[in-house]
Amino acid sequence: MGFWTSYRLRIQRRRWLVRALRKRRELRAVSDRSNKIKSDDLLLFSTLRNEHVRLPYFLNYYREQGINHFLIVDNDSNDGSLEYLAEQPDVSVWHSKHSYKKSRFGVDWLNWLQFRYGHDHWCLVVDPDEFLIYPFCDTRPLRALTDWLDASSIKSFSAMLLDMYPKGRLDEQPYRAGQNPMEIASWFDAGNYTMEKNAKFGNLWIQGGPRSRVFFPHEPEKAPALNKIPLVKWNRRYAYVSSTHMVLPRGLNQVYDEWGGEKASGILLHAKFLDTFSIKAAEELQRKQHYAASIEYLAYAQSLSENPELWCKWSEKYINWRQLEILGLMSKGNWA
Amino acid sequence: MTVGIVMLVHTALDRAEQVARHWTMAGCPVVIHVDAAVSAKRYSKFVKSLKDNALVEFCTRHKCEWGAWGLVAAAQSGSEQILANFPAVRHVYLSSGSCLPLRPVQELIDYLEARPRTDFIESATTSEVPWTVGGLSEERFTLRFPFSWKRNRYLFDRYVELQRLVRFKRKIPKGLVPHMGSQWWCLTRQTLSAILEDPDRPDFDAYFKKVWIPDESYFQTLARLYSTKIESRSLTLSKFDFQGKPHIFYNDHLQLLRRSDCFVARKIWPRAGKLYNAFLKSPEGAIKMAEPNPAKIDRIFAKAVERRTRGRPGLFMQSRFPNDGWENGMTCGRYSVFQGFSDLFEDFEPWLAKASGTQVHGHLFAPHRAEFSGGQRVINGALSDSPEIRDYNPIAFLASMIWNTRGERQCFQLGPNDEAAPIWFLAKDPNAQISVISGAWAVPLFKSNQNFADLRREAARLQNLESEQLKVLRSPYCKARVRIWTMAEFIEAPMEPLQSIIDEMGHLALRRLSEAPRMNDLTGFGQFLQNLKNQGMHPYLMGDFAVDHAGVNNPDKPRKPYLVQ
Repeated sequence: MGFWTSYRLRIQRRRWLVRALRKRRELRAVSDRSNKIKSDDLLLFSTLRNEHVRLPYFLNYYREQGINHFLIVDNDSNDGSLEYLAEQPDVSVWHSKHSYKKSRFGVDWLNWLQFRYGHDHWCLVVDPDEFLIYPFCDTRPLRALTDWLDASSIKSFSAMLLDMYPKGRLDEQPYRAGQNPMEIASWFDAGNYTMEKNAKFGNLWIQGGPRSRVFFPHEPEKAPALNKIPLVKWNRRYAYVSSTHMVLPRGLNQVYDEWGGEKASGILLHAKFLDTFSIKAAEELQRKQHYAASIEYLAYAQSLSENPELWCKWSEKYINWRQLEILGLMSKGNWA
Repeated sequence: MTVGIVMLVHTALDRAEQVARHWTMAGCPVVIHVDAAVSAKRYSKFVKSLKDNALVEFCTRHKCEWGAWGLVAAAQSGSEQILANFPAVRHVYLSSGSCLPLRPVQELIDYLEARPRTDFIESATTSEVPWTVGGLSEERFTLRFPFSWKRNRYLFDRYVELQRLVRFKRKIPKGLVPHMGSQWWCLTRQTLSAILEDPDRPDFDAYFKKVWIPDESYFQTLARLYSTKIESRSLTLSKFDFQGKPHIFYNDHLQLLRRSDCFVARKIWPRAGKLYNAFLKSPEGAIKMAEPNPAKIDRIFAKAVERRTRGRPGLFMQSRFPNDGWENGMTCGRYSVFQGFSDLFEDFEPWLAKASGTQVHGHLFAPHRAEFSGGQRVINGALSDSPEIRDYNPIAFLASMIWNTRGERQCFQLGPNDEAAPIWFLAKDPNAQISVISGAWAVPLFKSNQNFADLRREAARLQNLESEQLKVLRSPYCKARVRIWTMAEFIEAPMEPLQSIIDEMGHLALRRLSEAPRMNDLTGFGQFLQNLKNQGMHPYLMGDFAVDHAGVNNPDKPRKPYLVQ
């Protein structure tokens, strides 16, 4: 990478940070418990809108993994999410009425919160429908992973988005609050992913999975990106560029080995496709607040009205992280 | 006689306290060195917590940085103090705060009691072992390392380069033969005091202060001068990964550690409460006197290192995306590609499936869709037959298919019309077995019902495409197992090549093919080629076919579709 590119990326990073600082005015603290954060706490950051039904399981899942504090931006929910979050002892929640799209899909808001509270902490940035799986997550807490990453001088950890879906129609089994969503959406695509290197940011661009297979069979280039770097030992000079797909400085995107080896990586189980999905898709189409003019939701709405089955004969049923590692979707790397 | 423990501590002081108490409970004195980087407040709190224990002492503190002299200085201070203050000590065991005794301490005492003159220290000459970090082995001892590898990597590297450039070489003190090994040793009082009281020690110290990672070489080298009996192994189970940092043990390693029969393991994750409980609170009662047996643990960690450095061949994923040429196996298993066979034979695919016992696909890279075996729309791994998805990244498509079906050999057809096929990838992949009957694409044309002008155009197009493909398959970069016959060559004796292809797959036990695929009726094919020639299109890829005059005026009686032998 030449000096010029490197300089331009630096300018870009600064720009995102300034933008994030500016956007902090759009946030109003509803319940700010951030003074409880201790110096080595594991923090989770999230933006959400109308996800009340998912929250109980979501919070508990990450509490059990060892997240010490949740910092959440509520984008004007009207289903009681905000009130529910404000009651939680380990959650700080901010409210914003402003445009999700104009905050670059929440990235600006979270960049600000991370700038303010995440410095020198391991920060996990996930949506309420994303569940982190990492090697040995059934026997070792998240802290074991972050300690190991610290000891190995690794600053960022990759976890690819793995779309989970139910067998049968999406709306066949209703999701109840507190339920493990993977009880319903327990299937995934094991081996149809494509990846290429993004020369500018140095990250891998991964596409594929059921969304590409069912919603974009004729325009796979439009299928959503699945690469994510949700866990970073944050520094206030860092900035996420686009969701958690890319982060600057670009060294943090180097989560893959180029010389034949495997680095340790995890998976974000993406339990998007529950019965709540079609309502959500319809709403998002109205609001047009999602990426690339909500093209994703447009494609969903079309395909879903025709044939709402994502499941196929070769779908794989989720068992545990070891299965995902054997399938080659994630790796233990040299963590043993 | 007993064992004295010198313990180097820098974090997780509460765990260190726990372990120190464990040692002293069995009567072993402990001298603790606390890294000078630990704050005065934490240090005094730590000292206070162990005040009640007469067998625990603290020694002069040094600043310990990985790869620097401090660690040796710490071990020296601790050893001097323990030898001076505890005359009953015969062996001194160097351990760290994150070490955990796995067997009852009494077993260790008995074990050492039975070997009163033996020094347990891993010690090997640099030329004999491949332990190198940062590309330095021999040079650890002949260059100077004033800059920190951890904090000042840039200066560290530049300074090494500079010294190499000017061919700088330090002189190794007389009588020393550099040895290296694990920094966790157990030495006898005799050997250790000889090292510490050596009149030349100032010289040795001055030399080792500028050696890189002296804690892995200071005692290891000097022990060779004085020891009467060296067992070159460490009693501490400590595994290192490819970057030279120790592997860490967690709760789920409990059974593994139990069965290893090692005395002490490092490094334990400070929060692995289950391990501390299991080994400190209720160490197994039975005295076994077994020799340490870390083989199983070795295997697990060796595998982890291999995974990190070599990876799984043929896998492309979020944390493994090898550069060109670094794939270490471009695909994960062998597969076969057939070009022209399904054109020449009527029932080639079912025949091949039966004869070879493999999964046989049609043209995976056909323009209209990926023709998976049995006409499936989706196959293993939920790989879609959509041509757009396939053509979006044909290499990923192929690599995924081979990866998804690992354990079962795959065969597929290729043809000049399959322009999406990643032909260079196939050619460079040593796992590919590619068999080509060149010019066989003319057979479907010959049998088709089309205007001759169209046929001619199509034939010219296909011939161009195929000749481009053949160029790739014949290139010097080609690593696949490639066989190419002209069609004329092939039909003269078709069974032999078929037999050798199937044999090479090595799938079923070697046996003669009992059934042959049915070849298309080629009567009039020579004339067809001649007609093309007459129209100015020169078909050359199929070799020479005689013009058999089965013309309009002397109809031969139609031959049976001829069976190969």
